[in-house]
Amino acid sequence: MNYLPTYWNDDLSSQLICGEIVLVSIKIELNTQLQFIEGIVAVTSQRLMAKMYGDEVWQSWYFHDDLRLVQHDHAGISFLELLDAHKRITYWRYRFGDSAIKELIECFAQQRKLHAQNESDSFLHSVTQDQIPSKNSVQELSEFLVANESIEKATSTWNLLRLWRFARPYKGRLLIGFLLTLCSTAATLVPPYLTMPLMDNVLIPYQNGEPINTELATFYLSGLLVAAVIAWILGWTRTYMLARISERIGADLRTTTYEHLLSLSHDYFGGKRTGDLMARIGTETDRINLFLSLHLLDFATDVIMIVMTAIILFSINPWLALVTLAPLPIIAWLIHLVRGRLRIGFEKVDRIWAEVNNVLADTIPGIRVVKAFAQEKRESERFRAANLRNLQINDRVNKIWSLFTPTVTLLTEIGLLVVWVFGIWQISHDEITVGVLTAFLAYIGRFYLRLDSMSRIVSITQKAAAGTKRIFDILDHQSSIPESKNPIPFKTTQGRIELQNVSFRYGTRSITDNVSLTIEPGEMVGLVGHSGSGKSTLVNLICRFHDVTEGAILIDGYDLRSLSIADYRRHIGLVLQEPFLFYGTIADNIAYGKPTATWSEIVEAARAAHAHEFILRLPHGYDSIVGERGQALSGGERQRISIARALLINPHILILDEATSSVDTTTEKEIQKALENLVQGRTTIAIAHRLSTLRKANRLVVLDCGKIVEIGNHSELMAREGFYYRLYQAQARNIDTEDATTIVSSAEHSSSGEYK
Amino acid sequence: MIHMLDYHLSCNSYGRMVLTTASNPIEKEVVPVRAFPISNPLQGIALVDRQGYELAWIDSLAELPQDSRELIENELASREFIPEIKRIVKLSSFITPTTWSVETDRGNTDFVLKGEEDIRRLSASSLMIADQYGIHFLIKDRAKLDYHSRKLLDYFL
Repeated sequence: MNYLPTYWNDDLSSQLICGEIVLVSIKIELNTQLQFIEGIVAVTSQRLMAKMYGDEVWQSWYFHDDLRLVQHDHAGISFLELLDAHKRITYWRYRFGDSAIKELIECFAQQRKLHAQNESDSFLHSVTQDQIPSKNSVQELSEFLVANESIEKATSTWNLLRLWRFARPYKGRLLIGFLLTLCSTAATLVPPYLTMPLMDNVLIPYQNGEPINTELATFYLSGLLVAAVIAWILGWTRTYMLARISERIGADLRTTTYEHLLSLSHDYFGGKRTGDLMARIGTETDRINLFLSLHLLDFATDVIMIVMTAIILFSINPWLALVTLAPLPIIAWLIHLVRGRLRIGFEKVDRIWAEVNNVLADTIPGIRVVKAFAQEKRESERFRAANLRNLQINDRVNKIWSLFTPTVTLLTEIGLLVVWVFGIWQISHDEITVGVLTAFLAYIGRFYLRLDSMSRIVSITQKAAAGTKRIFDILDHQSSIPESKNPIPFKTTQGRIELQNVSFRYGTRSITDNVSLTIEPGEMVGLVGHSGSGKSTLVNLICRFHDVTEGAILIDGYDLRSLSIADYRRHIGLVLQEPFLFYGTIADNIAYGKPTATWSEIVEAARAAHAHEFILRLPHGYDSIVGERGQALSGGERQRISIARALLINPHILILDEATSSVDTTTEKEIQKALENLVQGRTTIAIAHRLSTLRKANRLVVLDCGKIVEIGNHSELMAREGFYYRLYQAQARNIDTEDATTIVSSAEHSSSGEYK
Repeated sequence: MIHMLDYHLSCNSYGRMVLTTASNPIEKEVVPVRAFPISNPLQGIALVDRQGYELAWIDSLAELPQDSRELIENELASREFIPEIKRIVKLSSFITPTTWSVETDRGNTDFVLKGEEDIRRLSASSLMIADQYGIHFLIKDRAKLDYHSRKLLDYFL
């Protein structure tokens, strides 16, 4: 009942008169000019009080009969208005979604009524009653806040660490892989080391006139060979092993993400672009995979190599080592600088590619529109423009890019030059031998070469981290229709559906408002109303694609939210306006809800759906491929396949969402026949724009603006001459013309379609 | 729709299959159609008239009397043309469209594959390939093809 910080609380309680109790008080965050200023609105046992931050005095209104408190919202900002019989006294604004406001309004109404009746005793009673639900809402509120915080959690390279969850099953093998990396890197460092004695003990003495010590030379040379072979074997095992692991991690990641995606609710998919989700699961996981198997491995090897080299160099000669390693950070920094500029360029290229792709993604699916309006030229112009930009940016990037490799080479040469100069100076002072200098040069040449690839790791890591974040965005997303903790198994149902004061809000929009309706088993109910009246939403709620915001839906007396979702949906047959066929055979599509169906069940379902004969006319009968790239089927044919699909699972609850509105009247009649088979003995909820299709319905429920306005059968509603009557009259004119003319012109078709 | 054995099948003088029933002695030209020609060719056969309406349904050929069964089998055999590829001799290129030279159970031939999407997997091992005219070639078990054929086929899978 109290959502206030203490300073407001103190202020408020100082205002209370003797015997007055604060019932509900809320903090609002906006003033009437829509600036973020705190304020407070409170209902006490005597009056309504309000104060904004910075106001000197409290405003208050004592309860009287005419006073009303109402709320309405617009674009996420809500109004709370205080009205009397003639005018608006004042108003407040607040951010939408504050559930406490409703409580405030209810409490206000209750108190006003109590005061009107002068029942001063019972309001005390109501005070105690009020406390229980409000405690709950405090809890809800705090949960909501916690959820908000977790969304805002920082995103950075540390995201990559979250991949550990997927790497954990492979940790043993990862450790072996790491050890192999150590060993193989060590093995590659042996050959340069051997050049030192080879130079000092074999070549230099020969130059000084001694014969070549064949034995020693053979020993060193075979040492070189052995080291090379060992390095090869170890390198191969390590790469193979780590690549295998990373491939498995990637596969796990992909499967987990996809499985999680499938478990998410309907509205998640509504808010996402298909291409984006596909890219996340496909490209991003691949990028992470590549990062783990290739770049991270290379980077680790390089780091190990540099550390080992540094140790070896220092052990040979600390001074020369210092001089050798000194330019390293400078070179690394320079490379990084150039890379940074390149990265910006490459990101631009990426973006421009997206633009080019967007042109393609727009026009290829919409090719009929493009051609119909003869806009090929404009589209190709658009593509050319995008491509031109692509060219320009690539030119700019290539300018830096072409400079890059020679620059790295130059820097490397300069580094080597420094080593040469210092080395020669040291040799001239007899501090080191020629062999030592040779070994140094051999070592240093190696890791200067690696600097370039190492500098790449920064941007690659950033990209992989971004990819990881995008993957975990999906994984972290909780389904908004959670499976109940102890779901009631739901094997059989009678199909009794009960809606109790159901309200539903989508975002800030209130779509369904306080709908109550009971549908008896086996009854067919038609939902009627203009588009946007909330018919489809009601069906989505019954299918539990969304959860109700308030109220409850009971199936056979059980709350829908307590049932196992999969169990429940198994009892629902859904026929949509746009039937979706998967790529596969017709038989597979019909048996989609029941993959174990026998061929005779499939044929039976197809017969009942009046699909059997047209299927037989296809070249491969039930084995014909449909869906994307498959056999072209007409809208009516596709619809009948989807009806067969619904029939095969033998559902108790049947939902027809505009099942016939995308086809012409002749096809509709055929589909209607198919539907009649389907409807029998099942609880059916049908939505249709053409009221004629609902003649068979036991009851019609007329919806307007998310509310039920009329219920009754066709003749009752016609007799009432209300909302339904007007809707019917408006359509009847068109249906008459359709029936009168045997050949229905396309013009009339579209005009009847306008009544959708 | 007529149930089994309420009708009689025969071949008329034009070589077409006709159906008569006890109540209706007028001969009706019918065509047997397999419902599942690929996945289950032996079960589910419909007899449809020339307009495409189903007149009779046969669950399984085995339940028909000998003469009717032979009639239907002959009729089906005369219309069905799915050569089975035994060996792939040569491909004109590895980029579609490409001409395949193949040996089939019905002799040697060439056909043009328009795109990879015309190769349809029936099961893990069997494939159906449609040529540019829509004629289907079957590979029953690609593991049983010789090495050369498998290697060529592998480019498109």
